[in-house]
Amino acid sequence: MVEALRYRDDSEHEEPAVTLDAFLDQTNATAVRLESDEDARALIPYLDRLALIEIAFPTFRDGRGYSAASILREAGYRGELRAAGDVLIDQVAHMRRCGFDAFAPDKPLDPAAVERAFRRYPFSYQKAEDGRAPVWALRRG
Amino acid sequence: MKIATGNDLPTGDVVWWDGEGWTRHVEDAAEVGENGAALIAREEASRRVNAPYIIDAEMTERGPRPAHIKDRIRARGPTVRLDLNRVPIDPATGSWVI
Amino acid sequence: MYRYDQFDQSIVDARVEDFRDQVARRLSGAMSEDQFKPLRLMNGLYLQLHAYMLRIAVPYGTLNSRQVRMLAHIARKYDRGYGHFTTRQNLQFNWIELKDAPDILAELATVEMHTIQTSGNCIRNTTSDQYAGAAADEITDPRPWAELLRQWSSFHPEFTYLPRKFKVAIIASDEDRAAMRLHDIGVQIVRNEAGALGFKVFVGGGIGRTPMIAPLIREFLPAEHFLSYLEACLRVYNRYGRRDNIYKARIKILVHEIGAAEYARQVEEEWAHVKTLGLDPPMSEFDRIAAYFTPPAWEEGLSDDIDLSDPEFKAWVDQNIVAHKQPGYAIATISLKPVGGIPGDASAEQMEVMASLAERYSFDELRVTHAQNITLPHVKKADLYAVWQALKEAGLATANLDLISDIIACPGLDYCSLANARSIPLAQKIAERFAPLDRQRDLGELKLKISGCINACGHHHAGHIGILGVDRKGTENYQLLLGGSGAEDASLGRITGPGFDEDGVVDAIERTLDKYRAVREPGERFLDTYRRVGFEPFKEAIYG
Repeated sequence: MVEALRYRDDSEHEEPAVTLDAFLDQTNATAVRLESDEDARALIPYLDRLALIEIAFPTFRDGRGYSAASILREAGYRGELRAAGDVLIDQVAHMRRCGFDAFAPDKPLDPAAVERAFRRYPFSYQKAEDGRAPVWALRRG
Repeated sequence: MKIATGNDLPTGDVVWWDGEGWTRHVEDAAEVGENGAALIAREEASRRVNAPYIIDAEMTERGPRPAHIKDRIRARGPTVRLDLNRVPIDPATGSWVI
Repeated sequence: MYRYDQFDQSIVDARVEDFRDQVARRLSGAMSEDQFKPLRLMNGLYLQLHAYMLRIAVPYGTLNSRQVRMLAHIARKYDRGYGHFTTRQNLQFNWIELKDAPDILAELATVEMHTIQTSGNCIRNTTSDQYAGAAADEITDPRPWAELLRQWSSFHPEFTYLPRKFKVAIIASDEDRAAMRLHDIGVQIVRNEAGALGFKVFVGGGIGRTPMIAPLIREFLPAEHFLSYLEACLRVYNRYGRRDNIYKARIKILVHEIGAAEYARQVEEEWAHVKTLGLDPPMSEFDRIAAYFTPPAWEEGLSDDIDLSDPEFKAWVDQNIVAHKQPGYAIATISLKPVGGIPGDASAEQMEVMASLAERYSFDELRVTHAQNITLPHVKKADLYAVWQALKEAGLATANLDLISDIIACPGLDYCSLANARSIPLAQKIAERFAPLDRQRDLGELKLKISGCINACGHHHAGHIGILGVDRKGTENYQLLLGGSGAEDASLGRITGPGFDEDGVVDAIERTLDKYRAVREPGERFLDTYRRVGFEPFKEAIYG
């Protein structure tokens, strides 16, 4: 049983996530799981009807999910974006910045440690998908 | 013979299994026999050693001498800074390592 | 040079505490070595042959005296009294203890230094021209752009787990003093016909197992789009770089496999989208950074005369001094290659001397060169003699810039767990064989580079003469390469034939250079003669 962490106001989505192939076949699925080698842009035409996108991290060293998440948020996706798999405490802050708002780690994470990780870096240099003003914007103000 | 080597976790010092624990002196390294893999796995899991592995060595009158030059350099120190070597005043370091 | 504001300082301080926490979790067993390794690498901490090695970032090779004194302090307090300057303008300490690493990072943070992303599969230190801000041939000082890039690449959330390491170099002159074409991304700052500032962007260079010279991907990139374009370059790599084989995971493999044109097209497509996201800071942010790099308050009307009556001083001026853009000033190179010494190493005492000289004579600035030397960029010609005397006393006045004994050598098997052979003793033997200065000067510019393994940290593919150490059935063996260059005339060296033992390769080099002297035409460097007469005559001379 994987302990999921979720940082959204809405209620959890009931439907399970189907594979990308299955999703593209069906007209009524609202949750999809993207493997690390699948193209996030394949989902862009369907973002309106998606409530949950789960992105796989088969090993924490496989960083493709960060780009996939960023791409989906940049395209306007507002639903739940969940990082699943080999998700460790040292990656959650970067994941949050890329737009993930839920985590389904293989090994449970301590929610208090996750909160601390989110707060560890008070400032960020880059504009990313978490809405935080980058340092260069703060400097102008 | 087979001996086990690794690094001390907090300091990074090169260490050798001496039969009971981990020593910084290769001349005290002990034969690990057939169960070396299990031994180093156990020691690594308990953090008494970091990144251990098994190597070949030959027994000499000065104790075990690792088969590969890399481990002999690990045992003694950089060949180009004999002043920083584990046994700085040993004139035989050169021939023992190389 | 750049000075941190409260934001820069908070970020570095947060990183120190983050790492302190990670080390504590490793020491307590809460984290395994497998989980800890990528994290410690992202803080430049390697487990090497003898101990932990810490690689400290020197952004675009620039240091002030306060920072160099801190490095000397760390060498004395936490290490064994010396440090090693690297081919990426960084500094390495070889005898670090893990339990001390967080304190070392905390001390570095007090002088605006860090070890962020000096290893790991992320964007590494951006390197640049060691003569930046002083050279007459530069379009503009490249370092503000390098600083902009440093900030953009630090803790970039999308690019922290790339397929492999990522190295960028930026120059601003046609002469390439930073081996720019041998980087994952190489940038040359240029002006277009309208006089607007922009960049030539090269992607997919690198050395190591499969050396490649970076092809041109974009002829002209307008300055204001610098970061968004790089973002697109990195995103394409992060998404499509190979992750199945670590020896095929660099961007050079991707560019080679899909072709430069296709890579460029994918970047343009991604960039068309990324450009709309507001990632590029306003030019006011660039101007803010650039204000730290305005020229120092040079005196006007100084004489260009130097009293060269001391022949030893003259030899040093002839070899180690390069023209400065301001009359009366010079760019001085401090050689860390004394004959018989360890290339790139400096003791804590030597660091103190260099710090004092920089503070007193060079507007408090030093540079690390990718050839593992140190530059004092702004020295009054009138002060050169005093500088030289102080250097001489500290063993730092070897007059061998770009000569055969100015060897680039990786630490090799004496220090590095990746190495197959020792490189330092070989460098010492070569320098000793050709030691007499008049012999070296007769041989002229000769960039000799030694790597102890195929990872090529010694840039051997880019040496006029290159040497690669290999393991041949358990003994050290050396392959000889000829004709490489890391300058704007970039080329990759060619292996001459079967390898040699340590003494054998020194003899082979001597035969090579005897041949050069026999067939050279006036004014030709070894590299020029090699390119004119070809490989065969040298192969014949070496193997008979």
